[in-house]
Amino acid sequence: MIDLDDIQYILLNRAPALVGRYEFLSFRSAAAGRTWLSAMLEQLRSVQAMRESVEQDRRWVTVGFTWNGLRALGVDEASLATFPEEFRQGMVARAEILGDTGASHPETWEGGVAGPDLHAIVLLFARDDDERARWQAAHDELVARSEGVEVLSSLEVGAIPPFDYAHDHFGYRDQLTALAIEGSGEQPTPGSGPLLKPGEFILGYPDEDGPPTRLPQPEILARNSSFMAYRRLQEHVGKFREFLAQHGETPEQRELLAAKLMGRWRSGAPLVLAPEQDDPALAADPQRNNDFNYAKDDPLGYAVPLGAHIRRMNPRDTAANMSRHRMIRRGATYGPHLPDDAPEDGQERGVAAFVLCASLIRQFEFAQNVWTNDKDFNELGNERDPIIGNQDGTLDFTIPKRPIRKKIAGLPAFTTVRGGAYFFLPGLKALRWLAAGGEELP
Amino acid sequence: MTDKDKRPEWSVPAAMAIPEGGYFEDKVDVGRYGPTFPKTPACYGFTIIAKLIPGREEHVREHGRLLAQTVTDAPDSLEVLKLHYLRWVLFDIKSETYFMYQGIFDTDFDKYTEDAVALFSKYGIDTVFENLEGFPADWKTNPASFVQFVRDHQCPSFLEYGEYPYVSADEIKKALRVKAALSEMLDQMQ
Repeated sequence: MIDLDDIQYILLNRAPALVGRYEFLSFRSAAAGRTWLSAMLEQLRSVQAMRESVEQDRRWVTVGFTWNGLRALGVDEASLATFPEEFRQGMVARAEILGDTGASHPETWEGGVAGPDLHAIVLLFARDDDERARWQAAHDELVARSEGVEVLSSLEVGAIPPFDYAHDHFGYRDQLTALAIEGSGEQPTPGSGPLLKPGEFILGYPDEDGPPTRLPQPEILARNSSFMAYRRLQEHVGKFREFLAQHGETPEQRELLAAKLMGRWRSGAPLVLAPEQDDPALAADPQRNNDFNYAKDDPLGYAVPLGAHIRRMNPRDTAANMSRHRMIRRGATYGPHLPDDAPEDGQERGVAAFVLCASLIRQFEFAQNVWTNDKDFNELGNERDPIIGNQDGTLDFTIPKRPIRKKIAGLPAFTTVRGGAYFFLPGLKALRWLAAGGEELP
Repeated sequence: MTDKDKRPEWSVPAAMAIPEGGYFEDKVDVGRYGPTFPKTPACYGFTIIAKLIPGREEHVREHGRLLAQTVTDAPDSLEVLKLHYLRWVLFDIKSETYFMYQGIFDTDFDKYTEDAVALFSKYGIDTVFENLEGFPADWKTNPASFVQFVRDHQCPSFLEYGEYPYVSADEIKKALRVKAALSEMLDQMQ
């Protein structure tokens, strides 16, 4: 059984929020950090508690810490040394592995997220602006009275119109793959893969390979905890629309091109099931909108190009060991909506997302290093992920087609990484242990 | 432009002299488990040499027979490894027996480390490695320790040559499929 009373809600639940705010914090002393954390504890909800009170709650809060943050809270060196190397190094040191080079290099990241002083993150999700403002005022007050706690930067996030389904600034529907974990009470939607062992995402439980091994110590800190990769990805909406206009003469051609880059129509309808034209009813039906595979249904990529975003991020039955590379995704869009008929306004907008997993190196970093940025993925030779890959204008995107394929050379970068960090997401008991300075709890 | 420049890369045989240690210092690619060895005209590869635990020679030979049977029964068993060739050799130096694992493959091993470890475990290739001195006991759950063993026992080439450089096994298979299809078409036109 999974201890649903101890795991932070965000791992297994999605908050029904329209807005949010991320605060990036630094602690000048362990005492300061513990005082702040002690005051935060009452706001945090377990998976179970959140499920019970979700109807009446108006906001949901999560906290996580960098490796430097755990040290700043006073975790001893012996314990710190038991954390995995990639987490100890942090996302900035892993830039080359992740493809964060050129315009996406961490030296361009703002808000203090790339420096060693980043210690903690608070994620607030709220039903509306008023609730967010109330929370923010209370949090500002807490920071003001917690001497030695500093807010390095903040990011406001929020859904963009139309509000009836989740989508990014390019207009692609999101949150379509719903993986499910044994013992969580959830079932995967058709096509979302088998039920997965909890240890793939939550520390202290068996994973797809067997019993847990090499957990951070002490046990109270590791149990019911997880790792979380933060990515702030700017979306260049003007450039994206320009590209579609340049390569598609009619609105239908432009929609098809957008669908080919993603592997789904912007409505969310999968190309494998709707290869010729969009099917909004299919897109909105969770029993059908993820129910497809590639090996038999589309081996050569005539529906979903071999390098399309969803074929890279979840190769389904065309990759080995898929159950060891799955990830839980959370997050939201940030920045102002750019209406369809508006020209690029130069404002920053994008997605500020989180990947949750038990092993950053085997899950998140593998996906970045191999699926996103390996030019030879699927034998393509000179391509990276057309949406989130590191694009420098020298790479291609190939659309298999009869009688001859279409190859678009010199694909522009539609996104740029503007920030990121690795966080440890402790369970609630672990958080109390941290707040108490590592004292044994009764 | 010379005639050679116009020819496709695969048609111009190429050789690469590799510095001692196996890396070109000015362009070392960093993978998830550390620096990765460069791709050469002979693609990626390993030459791992390690001392056999005394008395285990017959175990290893038996495993060779087992693996041959595995591939006969399921020809795509090793597909994940993107291999061209594997050569397994046992040889003696003085009174000690050594094992050499030489593989030529198309993808930087670092990329698929965990998948390879899972595959080795599934098909019992691990039982060969477990007969080697110094093989980490926790290799199944600790890919980093497996990578470290491979690094410690890798003997990098100082020269690699390709008659048809940088061509992947998949490309060769594709070319042969096209040739077979063309041949069949010509036969049908008789």
